[in-house]
Amino acid sequence: MSGDHIYSALSEEHGGDTRWAFGTGFTDALAGVDTTLPEGVDGQDLALYCQMLGDDALVQAQRLIHWVTDAPELEEEVALANIALDLLGQARLLLARAGQADGTGRDEDAFAYRRGPSEFRNVHLAEAPRGDFARAVLTLLVLSSARLAVFARLADSRDPVLAAVAAKAVNELAYHREYAVSWALRLGDGTPYSRERMVAAVADVWPLTGEPFATHPVEARMAEQGVGVDPATVREEVHAVLTQVLTTATLDAPAPFPESVVAGREGAHTAELAPLLEELQQVARQHPEATW
Amino acid sequence: MSTETAQEAPPGTDLDFQAEFDARIAADQRVEPRDWMPEGYRKTLVRQVSQHAHSEIIGMQPEGDWIASAPSLRRKAILLAKVQDEAGHGLYLYAAAETLGVDRADLTERLIEGRQKYSSIFNYPSLTFADVGVIGWLVDGAAICNQVPLCRSSFGPYARAMVRICKEESFHQRQGYELLMRMMEGTEGQRRMVQDAVDRWWWPSLMMFGPPDADSPNTQQSMAWRIKRDTNDDLRQKFVDMTVPQAEKLGVTLPDPELVWNEERGQYDFGEPDWVEFKQVISGAGPKNAERVQRRRAAHEKGAWVREAATAYADKHSAREAVA
Repeated sequence: MSGDHIYSALSEEHGGDTRWAFGTGFTDALAGVDTTLPEGVDGQDLALYCQMLGDDALVQAQRLIHWVTDAPELEEEVALANIALDLLGQARLLLARAGQADGTGRDEDAFAYRRGPSEFRNVHLAEAPRGDFARAVLTLLVLSSARLAVFARLADSRDPVLAAVAAKAVNELAYHREYAVSWALRLGDGTPYSRERMVAAVADVWPLTGEPFATHPVEARMAEQGVGVDPATVREEVHAVLTQVLTTATLDAPAPFPESVVAGREGAHTAELAPLLEELQQVARQHPEATW
Repeated sequence: MSTETAQEAPPGTDLDFQAEFDARIAADQRVEPRDWMPEGYRKTLVRQVSQHAHSEIIGMQPEGDWIASAPSLRRKAILLAKVQDEAGHGLYLYAAAETLGVDRADLTERLIEGRQKYSSIFNYPSLTFADVGVIGWLVDGAAICNQVPLCRSSFGPYARAMVRICKEESFHQRQGYELLMRMMEGTEGQRRMVQDAVDRWWWPSLMMFGPPDADSPNTQQSMAWRIKRDTNDDLRQKFVDMTVPQAEKLGVTLPDPELVWNEERGQYDFGEPDWVEFKQVISGAGPKNAERVQRRRAAHEKGAWVREAATAYADKHSAREAVA
């Protein structure tokens, strides 16, 4: 580019620029996607199912955001921001779909900003405290592995929106998992101290690893209808992945995932979620009439 | 230069190199990292490029504070992407600085020990979400005015980094302005927030161009070397002329009673920024100086064990590969 023309280059429109991360460039999250409900599918069930998957992503993104300006290297800030952006993009599409499916026409922001903790449907691992970098890596490893296994199957969903979201998300989730794996290896097989931190992270996180695979009745019904995925069906596959990663990282093979009841999917949360949502929602709630 | 090479080099060699360098600058050609350059040129560039990199990194904080509370998911995504871009800009600029023979880790140490400066604008607090829009509009706008001429800087790696950075900054500026337009069309409370943010950021934005030309000791030499292309005052004027019509379109008042169109000059006349405040902020007494640097230092220190683990892992694995 010639320096003399840079001002004019700056004023050019940037339409069609694909540089922007998924999830920033649109105002109507589902513009152009066929949004008719598949035959025989209960809209209320589908809406709840979309909230479950959307809330996992939104709440996890909200936790990850705090690594930006606080990570061990600038490269990690870029990578974690990227992962949070992908998850935000997924959440926006899923929450917008929830508002169509339940007939209320609520938009993504109505779900994100105008629900209380008991209306959120995410699993507890997504809302768990951020902890240190080892814990963040392990949490990301578990959540991305589980979500990737579910979304790989969801790409065949009878719901065209879920299928489209999943088809796009699998590439993103594969990167999230790869990133988490690369750090699990470096921390597990790095210094004695980093290994200690990884062992502590496994001990802290493991009690929460059963819940993502506990089947909520809505998930069961969505799976029966070929719309959703029963998370119990990916439990063994995900455990095998984690075992391979942790043992390659020279750590002990992990215990089986604990048996767990459905909790977050029912709106039952830990004390961590309310303050997380308070931060997320504070400006929007202070200006209920405002448009942004 | 070490004594050994000085002894090897016949007298007058440096003069030949100097003549070649001067000719290159005069012909408006780029200087590349392997080319000979005067030590003063190298030092000036190291200082400028690393301060610029630090500004990108510290500049993540005032807006980064609002990512978690952005009032819509779209704004949240836009802001997160923007702050991520700033980290990316910091990385390109550190890479450009490294071509001058300095080490990024060393530059980071200089930043977190407070030995090297960054743009004084980031020492002001961001108090409401409207600040996100105003920072995009005014601060990124001023940065673009400063940086567009640097795309023609004589040092190749810096000029090339600036081309990419300027394009992204122009995105950010438009996104900031678009947020403000939206807020001005919203509630009375939102309009008040925007005006309040403009009142607080206007003068610091004018200070981003540096001291008046008469008090800018480095400008002359930097312009002779074509590291810089315009004087501080010229750029400040350009920024004011560009921004006033945007403010009118937005419906905000710029907090300067002396701001008036000068028919004769074909430019706006405007008041003098508070240079006493500028000097205070530059010398570390701004509202947020200590906090900004402290936050970066805390992240760096807290992450030391992670970086050590990565190094230990890489060493082990390269050793294992060597054995295999």
